[in-house]
Amino acid sequence: MNALRKFMNKIKPQFQPGGRLAKLQSVYDGMETFLFTPNDTSRSGVHIHDGNDLKRTMITVVVALLPALFFGMYNVGYQHFLAIGQPEVGFWSMFLFGLLAMLPVIVVSYAVGLGIEFIAAQIHHKEIQEGFLVTGILIPLIVPINTPLWMTAVATAFAVIFAKEVFGGTGMNIFNVALVTRAFLFFAYPSRMSGDAAFVKVDSALGFGGGTAVDGFTGATPLGQIATYAGDGSSAPILNNVVGTPLSQCDAFTGLIAGSPGETSMIAILIGAAILLITGIASWRVMCSVFAGGLAMAALVHAMPSATYAASLLDPCTQLCYGGFAFAAVFMATDPVTGARTRIGQYIYGFMIGVIAILIRVYNSGYPEGAMLAVLLMNAFAPLIDHCVISFNIKRRLRRAK
Amino acid sequence: MLSKRNKEVLFNPLSKDNPVLVQILGICSTLAVTVKLEPAIVMGLSVITVMAFSNVIISLIRKTIPTTIRIIVQLVVVAALVIVVQQFLVAYDYDVSLQLNVFIGLIITNCILMGRLEAFALNNKPWPSFLDGVGNGLGYMLILVIVAFFRELLGSGTLLGYQVIPQWCYDHGYMDNGMMILPPMALITVACIIWVQRARNKDLQEQA
Repeated sequence: MNALRKFMNKIKPQFQPGGRLAKLQSVYDGMETFLFTPNDTSRSGVHIHDGNDLKRTMITVVVALLPALFFGMYNVGYQHFLAIGQPEVGFWSMFLFGLLAMLPVIVVSYAVGLGIEFIAAQIHHKEIQEGFLVTGILIPLIVPINTPLWMTAVATAFAVIFAKEVFGGTGMNIFNVALVTRAFLFFAYPSRMSGDAAFVKVDSALGFGGGTAVDGFTGATPLGQIATYAGDGSSAPILNNVVGTPLSQCDAFTGLIAGSPGETSMIAILIGAAILLITGIASWRVMCSVFAGGLAMAALVHAMPSATYAASLLDPCTQLCYGGFAFAAVFMATDPVTGARTRIGQYIYGFMIGVIAILIRVYNSGYPEGAMLAVLLMNAFAPLIDHCVISFNIKRRLRRAK
Repeated sequence: MLSKRNKEVLFNPLSKDNPVLVQILGICSTLAVTVKLEPAIVMGLSVITVMAFSNVIISLIRKTIPTTIRIIVQLVVVAALVIVVQQFLVAYDYDVSLQLNVFIGLIITNCILMGRLEAFALNNKPWPSFLDGVGNGLGYMLILVIVAFFRELLGSGTLLGYQVIPQWCYDHGYMDNGMMILPPMALITVACIIWVQRARNKDLQEQA
């Protein structure tokens, strides 16, 4: 450690203004604060310092995402070997396949996003912010595994530039950057983002695995199957896994179903939620009210089942297990930058996300899943909600003063 | 003919005083007709024609128009010219006139037109008014063409209907960006052009 410190001190002058590598100063600062506690102290006014700085907050969220990430890797491999008819290969083969399939996406997402952040920081002569640490790991988790890497790169660049940097960088964005990435992919390349070919990787990952899909293979997610349901609506639709075996409630809960890597497993997401809530990083008000809103709306649509809108045949709890709803509730809606900040505002914000997500999912046949659009829509309304709550509060207190 | 002032009247709308980029006028048609390059060019030419001649006509009769009903007079003049342009398009370029259908008619409500008539033609002689109309129309058309160029190239892989992006790109996994065809990307493209323009013109930037 000491040697590293000495090395950093030795190369420092080159990065100072006038040094040979002055153009890379923000990169040096970024690496230095990444390795060591920053040496700067506040010089004016009164400051309260908390050990929980931005970096630690971000790392906690990344740790909370790890269960979903590891399970996602395993599930990518599981679905792959199931699809090519070798479900008997062991746990480690499946995990290795998933790791090799997801690694390029993670590398691309971080390389593009951090690259743009470094350049922007250097142009504005600011320090590099840690905001992209979380976004960079969220993107591989919510993008379908078969999305070509160049599409992910283009979408990440678009999101970081137009959803974040133009608003002033980390902490200033109106929309959740990871969801903007996904929304861009969804609208720009719709054929790669839904349907049979998006969610289950059949070909090899970096040379490992690979094969041809068995007869009767279908790569549609449970919600995708519901969107193409053609029954009479008298009973709940029967959902199958990728080789046509019916799925149980248990499969939906553990997450061994087709879908974007991070979103399938309720268990992994709930572990992440527990980490976020115990450490106090995420707001329990938002998280709980998203689930409350989702349950309320799911119960309402379930009370009016119809064959035209097949998703209304699912009972409310199953409804929340499928698709990206839980992932959005735990990791997307609770983003402190883009969400509401007042307490009452957080209840309204979360509840409306839940309601709109189920509303879009059930009644808009163009979109099998509505969680992404619901969060983005409410991101736009969060400042308005806060404004209303605050002005209402001011009025109430003024009345009391009279 | 082209005194210093007239030159400014003609050329300022192209960059420093661009109706779309600086005054943020005529945005709706900028979003609507820029999916393909050809309709954008036709729309631009139509607006130039209507704007130049309505400016001249209003300028000629500017002293006889009672101020209380001047908007109605302007609308009548513009509407008459728009109908002439519309009939001309139907006669000579039927396919494009179908694509542009309502938007040619909606030139009547184009904010740039009303803005120029009110702000310039009512107070100036016919020749400068004509130049002002042509200049603002060109400024509008310039933006339309730039936006349509990027939207058609990235959204459909073509330019003026000809395939530009070679087939082997598609064979190697390239796909057209469907979002470019949707109106939001027109807005973002316009925003990018504004970004570039303001970065180059220091006097357009607000004081921090």
